[in-house]
Amino acid sequence: MYRILRKKVLNPTVTQMEIEAPLVARKAKPGQFIILRVSEDGERIPLTVAGTDPEEGSVKIIFQVVGATTELLNHKNEGEYIQDFAGPLGVPTHTEGISKVCIVGGGVGCAIAMPVAQEFKRLGAEVTSIIGFRSRDLLILEDEFAACSDRLFVMTDDGSYGRHGNVTVPLKEMLEAGERFDMIITIGPLVMMKFVTLTAKPYGVPVTVSMNPIMIDGTGMCGGCRISLVRGGERITKFACVDGPDFDGYEIDFDEAMSRGRMYADFERRAREKACNLFKKEAEL
Amino acid sequence: MPNMDPKKNPMPVQDPLVRARNFSEVALGYPEETAVIEAQRCLNCKNSPCVSGCPVNVRIPDFIAKIRERDYEGAYRVISESSSLPAVCGRVCPQETQCEAKCVRGIKGEPVGIGRLERFVADFHNANAKERAQAPAGNGRRVAIVGSGPSGLTCAGDLAKKGYSVTVFEALHTAGGVLVYGIPEFRLPKAIVAKEVETLKELGVDIETNVIIGKTLTIDELFDMGYEAVFVGSGAGLPNFMNIPGESLKGVYSANEFLTRSNLMKAYLEDPSTPIMKGGRVAVVGGGNVAMDAARTALRLGAEHVYIIYRRSMEELPARREEVEHAMEEGIDFRLLNNPVEILGYNNAEDPRDPMNGFVTGVRCIKMELGEPDERGRRRPVEIPGSEFELSVDAVVMAIGTSPNPLIKSTTEGLEVNRRGGIIVDEDGLTSRAGVYAGGDAVTGAATVISAMGAGKVAAKAIDRALCGEKAE
Repeated sequence: MYRILRKKVLNPTVTQMEIEAPLVARKAKPGQFIILRVSEDGERIPLTVAGTDPEEGSVKIIFQVVGATTELLNHKNEGEYIQDFAGPLGVPTHTEGISKVCIVGGGVGCAIAMPVAQEFKRLGAEVTSIIGFRSRDLLILEDEFAACSDRLFVMTDDGSYGRHGNVTVPLKEMLEAGERFDMIITIGPLVMMKFVTLTAKPYGVPVTVSMNPIMIDGTGMCGGCRISLVRGGERITKFACVDGPDFDGYEIDFDEAMSRGRMYADFERRAREKACNLFKKEAEL
Repeated sequence: MPNMDPKKNPMPVQDPLVRARNFSEVALGYPEETAVIEAQRCLNCKNSPCVSGCPVNVRIPDFIAKIRERDYEGAYRVISESSSLPAVCGRVCPQETQCEAKCVRGIKGEPVGIGRLERFVADFHNANAKERAQAPAGNGRRVAIVGSGPSGLTCAGDLAKKGYSVTVFEALHTAGGVLVYGIPEFRLPKAIVAKEVETLKELGVDIETNVIIGKTLTIDELFDMGYEAVFVGSGAGLPNFMNIPGESLKGVYSANEFLTRSNLMKAYLEDPSTPIMKGGRVAVVGGGNVAMDAARTALRLGAEHVYIIYRRSMEELPARREEVEHAMEEGIDFRLLNNPVEILGYNNAEDPRDPMNGFVTGVRCIKMELGEPDERGRRRPVEIPGSEFELSVDAVVMAIGTSPNPLIKSTTEGLEVNRRGGIIVDEDGLTSRAGVYAGGDAVTGAATVISAMGAGKVAAKAIDRALCGEKAE
């Protein structure tokens, strides 16, 4: 059992928790993820590590309530326990040889992008961050990004905060103006990552994307997280849990990944509704 | 006088049509009287060929003699000397190619039902034994085991019995490895695995779940922590696919994923927290025990029709005969000498938002015939040109083997692996790294539970010799 040391609501659907898990805290690097189960007989879900405190032995996770499991997790409070917490899994984000980086985060993906931006800052790289949200009330981690970025663009789809438009707008402007990065790292919804990649392509700037497919064991056993890459005209299968989660954006078959991500959409929607109803009933009692 | 009936006492089983729709155990086990009568068929041969057929050398005639005397706890003690998991082996060992293949009674009839008797003894013990296993006096030496599957549990049990302080590190949330994520409830109830794990804990074995060796801790760190030897039983790894078009469609599973969802994550229960496709028409590709498990699981999950697609003929089908027979009785449709060439999916060109887009609709196969024998003497399947046909299905499960997990190799310097990624070991299970032993699927690639147990046993002996020298027996 793993204790919830602290819990903080970042916006109406996004929550941050710090979990006591000393072994994971000692090892986890930016870009890696953990697998958790909230309760006995619960589902295993992967969540990217949003930060660690090795001395305290805590691991920070930030999650959006999207299904039954995140709904359950969100109902846990400080001092309570979650059943399982295993990691760190996946390969850390590559930082070698990158002295000028552009971090592009979307929505809750910014939670994953933040420790990556912080790591590059720590290593002395020049960090440009672009973070995007649907609207002002969904904005998270602005101060944290401001602290670790040489330049920060905050975008909202509806213009209710920062600049109006999506994350590709300032990216395209910079690239168009002749600015170049050693690497663009993008983390967020698949469709956003696809368009960030398409935006960068004409300028030949390398793009790393962080994939978050459906996983079960997360340790290289089930193969559920497979992703198709197209390399030199040939399709190759990779597994996000052991080969990723970071991949070369130009090689990813985004459309396939989007389709696979929706495999259990119906099930998830129903499970979430049921979990919500359960909590409503409890509240009424 | 021995019982000279040429036939084994049949194993009582659930009716095929009933069991095909539930997850309860298929084979029900011998009642006591049947066990005693079957035990009387053993001739107690002097040279006991059966013992040499057992990868862990259970003293088979001795435990059978105890059954004849109705001393079932005595029989259990005999088996326990050699096997840490009797209730598991009695169920999933391929006895027909091991102990029973060597049985003298098999020459002029059927061999003694050794597996069935082993299961009877283990179940009797689990149902009746009051006393808990006793942890022996410790020798103060610490050994780490990576993985809680059959090889790891066996190695742990043998070392604990000799007084070692043993910690088993398991990556998943439940101990048991393939016994819990791979083999279905109807063949090996999870309560039985849990019971065997409990017995090991009584012997003093410490089991740490949620620790991924190679990630959470490395093998080098285990030595730094004071462990004097490490046994790697991390099991088979990533599933293989055929590399044919359509394998990324929704509804295509690896057998590992399909079985893990159903077994470990209990997706077979009503209202599960982990989803799985239930019902519809399912094609399972492959002919091993894993393919049989996947096909029979699909049926029990409510599939209306389940195919096994295998590229060779019944003669080459590698699954256990008993599993194939059970699958056929339950109505699994065997399409032999067939090979998939493409998995077909739904695509509504007019509406890209159609939620059915990208789901499996069928599998295109080609008919095969057996050609010249290959280097191993197996006749090679050859495509018959122009014989393609389509089967309409909603899900496809690929059960065509696995490749070793890269996590430990990539984080352990000096650990040598072979061309296929299997860890290289000597006859003692010792790897290229001092103090690091390995066994089971991590070494051999996908094989049987009992061969993994045998490897765990060999390594335990070698570790004992290495750490306790001459004093070790």
